Order: sequence, then C-alpha cells, then structure tokens
Amino acid sequence: MPTTLEHADLDAMIADLPSREGDRVIQLREAIREAMAHEMRQDKRVFLMGEEVAYYNGAYKVSEGMLDEFGPERIIDTPISENGFAGLAVGAAMYGLRPIIEFMSWSFSLVAADQILNNVPKMLYMSGGQWGCPVVFRGNDGPGGQLGSTHSWSVEALYSNVPGLKIAIPSNPYDAKGLMHTAIRDDDPVFYLESERILADKGHVPEEAYAIPFGRANRTREGEDCTLVSFGRPVHFCEQAADMLAEEGITCDVLDMRTVRPLDSEAIFDSLKKTNRIVVVDQSWPFGGVASEVISQVCEKAFDHLDHQPLRVNSDDVPTPYAKNLEQAFLPNADKIIAAVKKTLG
Amino acid sequence: MPKRTAYTAKIEHYQILDENGELDTRLAKNTLTDEDVVFLYEQMSISRHYDEIAFKLQRSGRMGTYPQNKGQEAGPAAAGLVMKQRGSVDWIAPCYRENLALFLNGLPMESILLHWMGDERGNKIPDGVNILPMAIPIGTHPLHAVGLGWSAKYKEEDRVGVAFFGDGATSEGDVHEAMNFAGALKLPCVFFCQNNKWAISVPSSTQTASETFAQKGLAYGHHCVQVDGNDIFACYKIFKEAIDRARMEHKPTFIEALTYRLGDHTTADDARRYRDQAEVDEWAKKDPLIRTRKYLENKGLWDDDRQAQIEAKAKEIVSRVVKNAEGIEKPKTSDFFDDMFAVLPDELVRQRETMRTSVLGQRPQTETLAGQPQHA
Ligand SMILES: Cc1ncc(C[n+]2csc(CCOP(=O)(O)OP(=O)(O)O)c2C)c(N)n1
Ligand SMILES: [Mg+2]
Repeated sequence: MPTTLEHADLDAMIADLPSREGDRVIQLREAIREAMAHEMRQDKRVFLMGEEVAYYNGAYKVSEGMLDEFGPERIIDTPISENGFAGLAVGAAMYGLRPIIEFMSWSFSLVAADQILNNVPKMLYMSGGQWGCPVVFRGNDGPGGQLGSTHSWSVEALYSNVPGLKIAIPSNPYDAKGLMHTAIRDDDPVFYLESERILADKGHVPEEAYAIPFGRANRTREGEDCTLVSFGRPVHFCEQAADMLAEEGITCDVLDMRTVRPLDSEAIFDSLKKTNRIVVVDQSWPFGGVASEVISQVCEKAFDHLDHQPLRVNSDDVPTPYAKNLEQAFLPNADKIIAAVKKTLG
Repeated sequence: MPKRTAYTAKIEHYQILDENGELDTRLAKNTLTDEDVVFLYEQMSISRHYDEIAFKLQRSGRMGTYPQNKGQEAGPAAAGLVMKQRGSVDWIAPCYRENLALFLNGLPMESILLHWMGDERGNKIPDGVNILPMAIPIGTHPLHAVGLGWSAKYKEEDRVGVAFFGDGATSEGDVHEAMNFAGALKLPCVFFCQNNKWAISVPSSTQTASETFAQKGLAYGHHCVQVDGNDIFACYKIFKEAIDRARMEHKPTFIEALTYRLGDHTTADDARRYRDQAEVDEWAKKDPLIRTRKYLENKGLWDDDRQAQIEAKAKEIVSRVVKNAEGIEKPKTSDFFDDMFAVLPDELVRQRETMRTSVLGQRPQTETLAGQPQHA
C-alpha cells in the first residue's frame, strides 16, 4: 500500500534546500550530469542507456565524461531503437534496477509510445500494486533550434494526459540538478524534459546533492498585478516580460512549476488570490495541453478570485515551422506575454 | 573473388515423440525421465480441464474473456519444467497462451482466472515468483524479457529472460527490436514463439512470407530452431539447450514451436467462421495429450484407472481454484487510486478522499461481470 507524502514533508524538504545564491557557476547540462553521476556513485542499480550516450558523450553532451568514469557496463550505447531500450528499461526496473534512459530527443520517443505510455505508467496499477517502473526517461524537448517539425516536439501536452507519470521540466541549472536527484530516487516513472535551447544556460549550482520535491512551484518574480505560470524554457520569457512590465509599473508573480505532473495548483491559487489575474505560458500546442489544464483548474477551483478571464500563450496550432522567422513567430515570447498581461488588466 | 556466398543458414526441425506416441530414443536421450513424462501428462490434463471450466465460466457470465490454451499445452509445459528444475530462477514474460509455464513456476492458478474475471489483482505476482504480468498489447513484452536478461547479466546472476509470444506477434516491430537487442547486446534470453497457425482469423501465411518463423531470428544473431510444439520431448530438449546457451554463451535462441490452436482465439471469437473443420480435425489427431498418453500406455506407465484418477484430481483442483478466484472480495472503488504511484501525490489523495466520502464514491459494487469489456 503506497504511503502518502504529506504536504508538510515537502515544505520541510524545500526548507532544507541549499541556497540558490553562489558562484559555483556551471551549465544546465552539467547540472544534470552531476546529479546522474552522483546517484550512480551511490547506487549500483542506476545506469544510463541510450543512443550515443557513451562514446559520443550524448548528442547534446549531457553525459560527457560519464563513460570514462563508469565504463561501458553502466553507460550503454544502444542500437537506434527507442522502443527497444524503453522496453528493456521496463524489464530492468522490474528486476530491481533504476535505469536512466536518454532519448536523443523526446520527439523520437513517439516510436516508443507503447512502452512509455501503455506499459510504464500502468504497470504498477495493472499488477495490483506489485511492479513499479522506477525509470527516468530524459532528453531534449521543445522547439526553437530550427530542427523542423518532426524533431521539435514539446511532448508535455500529450504525455501529461496519461495517469501514472511524473513530468519534470527544469528551467535553470539549480532546479535541473535538484529535480534530477529526485527523479532518480523516485520509485515511480519520471519523464524529465530538457529544453534543448537552455542546456548551455549557466547558473550557480551547489556541489552537494539535493532533491527538489516534485509538485512544488518556485516563484521567480514577485508582483501584485498578474500571475504568470510557466515551466521549462518559457519561464525565461515570462521573466523577461515581467521585468519589462515592471518598468511600466505593472508587477507580476512568475511561477516556475518545475513539474507539471504533479502540478502545484495550490501555489497558483495562492498567487491568484493576490493578483486576481492569470496568464499561462506553455510552448506546446494549445488544444488540450498543460495551459488548458491549469486554466480549467483555475476556473473550477478559484473562479471567485478572477477579475478577468484567464488567458494563455501557447505555440500556434500548426506543426513547428522550419524557417527561422516562422519558428520564432510560432513560439511564445515576451511580447506576446506582455500583450496578454495587459489584456487581463483591461 | 568477385562473387562468393556471404552467408548460408539452415533451420533444423525436431520431433522426438510423434503423433502415434512413438519415441526417437536416440534424440530422447538425457531429456525426460518416465517420472517427468507422467508429471507433464498430469499437468497438461489439469490445464485442459482448467480451460474447459474457464470457457464455461465465460459462457455463464462469470468471466469476461478467456483465451484457451487447448492443443498448445506441450511447449509451455516442457519449457516450464526446464525452468522449474532450475529452481524457477529464470524470468518469464508471458502473453496469454502459456498458462502451464507459469503454473509450474509459482503462479497460483487462481491468478489467471482472477485476471480474466477483470481484476487487476490477478496480475499481482507473489513475491519471489519471477513472472511478469500477462501482456495484452501484442508483442510488447519480449522487450521486457530482454530487460530482464540484460539485468541478469548486469547483476551477474545466473538467470535467463524468457519471452512467450505467438506467430502473429512476430509482425510487430517491438519483437524485432527485442530480438535485435538480445543479439547485439549478447543477452541471456530465449524467445519462444508458439506458431499455432492463426492470429485470430489471420493465418500465419498472411503474417509472413518467410518459410519458417524460426529463421526470423537468424538476422539478429540468434540460434534458431523449429520444434514440433506438441511434443514434450522435443520442446524440453530444445528449450533446455536454449537456456544453457543463454547462460553459458549469452547467445539468445529463437524457438518456433509448431502447434495448433484447437479452440477459438478467445471466448469472444467463433473460429468456425474462418477456418475449415477438416484442418481442426487433422490437428486434433496431433493433440499433445493424446500422443503423450499413448506413449505412457505403451510403456505400461498409464492405464484407465490412472486416467480416471487424474480427471478426478483435475476437477477437484480446478473447482477449488474457481472458488478461490470468485471468493475474493470485490475491490472498493476508492482503492483504484492506491496503485497509481509508490507515493500518492496530494492531488490523488484529495481525489481518493472525495471518492470515499461522496455518495457516488461509496456506491456499492453492483456491476455484474457480464457487463465487462471483451478483449480481442
Ligand atoms: C498491439 C496489439 N494489436 C492488436 C491486438 C489485438 N489482438 C489480440 S490477440 C491478436 C492475435 C495474436 O496472434 P498471435 O500472436 O499468433 O497469438 P495467438 O493469439 O495465436 O496465441 C490480436 C491481433 C492486440 N492485443 N495488441
Ligand atoms: Mg497465433
């Protein structure tokens, strides 16, 4: 019988986190690597598998140097077979191991759909609580790199529809490390989405290991007039928008959700009580996505706090364009967010 | 040399016990003892009866759907015995037509009935039993067997990952990815393909243009072999060799067991609509139970008395199993959140509380099993 993680425990975990301030500045990709390597040193059950993760150091160099440290038994190059290694991970997890599976891009996880959506999140449920799937699936997610329509998925909209999954989407190096520690230690399957455009972003990352609890948002700007909710790379667009709006005397709360499953709805409602206005920024498509879920919840549970209808800024409802100018026009950006915030203010 | 043969291969077919109960004593060497044969015959008889009763339960509305194993007992029985004799240490990733392999290695007989009655707890495998839940999406589970084989190698444990699947499943890409992984990564795995000639209404000739299913493993570096799947001696010998090859050489084996689905695909199917009775009659003569019994009788190891005894025993066992499966208290509605996560997130805790305390959530279980969805 699963236990319940009380909200209070999460508060305690948050209170215990090391400071975000400091001068140990590294890239987001290094932060992910530090967490993986740390967990692998502690726990022989953890291994990393995927295409090009070993000798090539990963298509995006997230696993750089890990082959040297851990050897080919634990850093494993595979055939080009996403469904293959996703399914292998399910078997390995059932045998008591803790696989980390890298998808070169989450766009390629679509060929592994049955394993990751039909097996992984349901295994515990379908086996009457017997077999969990403590696998971390991770890789590059989201458009912006002019990779064309088939390589630019933001899978969070599609995948967050499925019960039984956890989905973490860090926006900065500090969170990237803490969320990865949590992901690997979690007894349930975690999809960890790395916005490819921010892998080289730098920030202070403590050297020690720390686990950021899933389901707790981080407020990165504080304000009175509107709540901006986002996750992953678009958090930066929200911050830009908030900073520009502040110059005009309009202040916003910016909530970085960090995980969309579980979703820290309480943090959103709390902020809304103060601002009474909300704009949700989500770089996946608008129809039936995370933004629409947030807005549904707000309408269902916090309707009385609204002074204006909730708005969302998504990517447009077309395949991700290949042409640079079109791709930029397609994505959320600070200007679109500013326009939405101003609209809520009437 | 401008032209040369880059690769040649052959597929051997093994039959040791023919349909008349005649044994090839040379090939039978170091396979089954008399005791083993009696044991397997008894197990196959119990399984046959289990099938009949499951069919009746479905017809009388006490079970959702059921896929009969009838006619295909020999392969899973023999493979199951090989693994049982090794102490049931190997991992089995089943589909749904190899009950005996599971029963012989620790899965309680009520589990499978409970599953088909529509209860997730039927897939709850007792601790220490190395069997995965039945996989209903066709062909997705051989990859899990590969993961189990991979883990055995990683942990340096003497275990093999074994996948059971049908002829139809070999058309799924997943199965080929599994076969490729096992070959390329040199994993201790065995692929046991029961070619029962049909995938629902699709004959195996529509499934593939290959002369055999066994040869499909060649491209992935497997040892490949075809056996008479209704022959417990051949299945035992070949499966045992495959397990040893996996353990000692980390070389996977692809076994095609030629057999026949004597029953319908499932209770939701009526095979008379698409296949000739003459074909069924022909295969009924090759029934593994008939030939095994003939063999035992010829050796003086079996007679009508013993037959009556095993039939009585099968009835007793199966009726007890049915009683156990039907006797389990129905799950409570609010339980359905419990197995969502190892640690239930707040949002689901709230949903569960609502379910427990609202009128709708406490609705008594009035649904009848007859209303359950039918799997294809
Ligand atoms: C991915 C998937 N596609 C289709 C089905 C529907 N289906 C269930 S059983 C079956 C036939 C399987 O045939 P085979 O692999 O030969 O096994 P058999 O039933 O003959 O033992 C099909 C098509 C399914 N369950 N899963
Ligand atoms: Mg078949």
